[in-house]
Amino acid sequence: MSDRTAQIARQFTQGIPHARDLGMEIRHLENGVCEIEMPYDEKLIGDARTGVIHGGAISALMDTCSGAAVMSHPSNPGGTATLDLRIDYMRAATPGQTIRARAECYHVTHSVAFVRASACDDQEDPPVATAHGAFTLERKS
Amino acid sequence: MSRPRPEPVQVIKQRRDAALQALAGGMPYIRHLGITFERRGDELTAILPYDDKLIGNPLLPALHGGVTAAFLETTAVVALAWSRLWDRIENGEIELDALTPETLPRMPKTVDFTIDYLRSGLPRDAYARARIVRSGRRFASVQVEGWQDNRDRLHASATGHFVMPRD
Repeated sequence: MSDRTAQIARQFTQGIPHARDLGMEIRHLENGVCEIEMPYDEKLIGDARTGVIHGGAISALMDTCSGAAVMSHPSNPGGTATLDLRIDYMRAATPGQTIRARAECYHVTHSVAFVRASACDDQEDPPVATAHGAFTLERKS
Repeated sequence: MSRPRPEPVQVIKQRRDAALQALAGGMPYIRHLGITFERRGDELTAILPYDDKLIGNPLLPALHGGVTAAFLETTAVVALAWSRLWDRIENGEIELDALTPETLPRMPKTVDFTIDYLRSGLPRDAYARARIVRSGRRFASVQVEGWQDNRDRLHASATGHFVMPRD
């Protein structure tokens, strides 16, 4: 990670209360690509009978990961916000396993950034979920 | 032919509210976010009380987009499960008194969920209501609207598809 992306990573994991609340850790952040881990926790469970993590927690992870990917884009954005996010759930996450998300900001225009992301547990294929989103891009003035 | 006398309203209310509690209570993540449900007949309104831990942008400040996503998805899943449960309770298939988180029907599974962020989420309580557009034997399509201060000024809307459990 460069100094700039290391600072963005700190801002995301330390500065965003909800990212901290869910225990997210940025593992990689460079050139519009972000990887975040979210450890399994009982508070994230969606179905008490199975212990499977709630889809909403995966959404929060994907959203954070996508936002960080946008901020690390070489175009050096000043800020970003989610315009829309579509999440496809392929399978249930295995209870007890850390969720890893990877997001890639693959295109930016003057005011919009396009991102695709996926999340998996210890098993990479098939992923637990994939996501696709558009984000606002605020230019530094 | 005489109809059986209807049960006292409080008895029915109490039982229906207990069923709703059993439904939402089986989801620890709902409890963690602090989401509650208000019931008017079979209509549900989800409430997300503001909490500092829900913030995603501390500068504005604004609610985390992921929180809004989770809130709307939860609203959709619970509304869908509730509508199925309601029908089965009303036609006598399921005995409400015997209902616990362990014996509840299985929850619908999310296939996909798309959220439109229309305004930044203010550091205040948020509300959401789901509309079940289509609920078939295997699949369901649900739309959700989320708002804060004004019902007409949505901060987010979403649409999702779900696989219904086979039981």
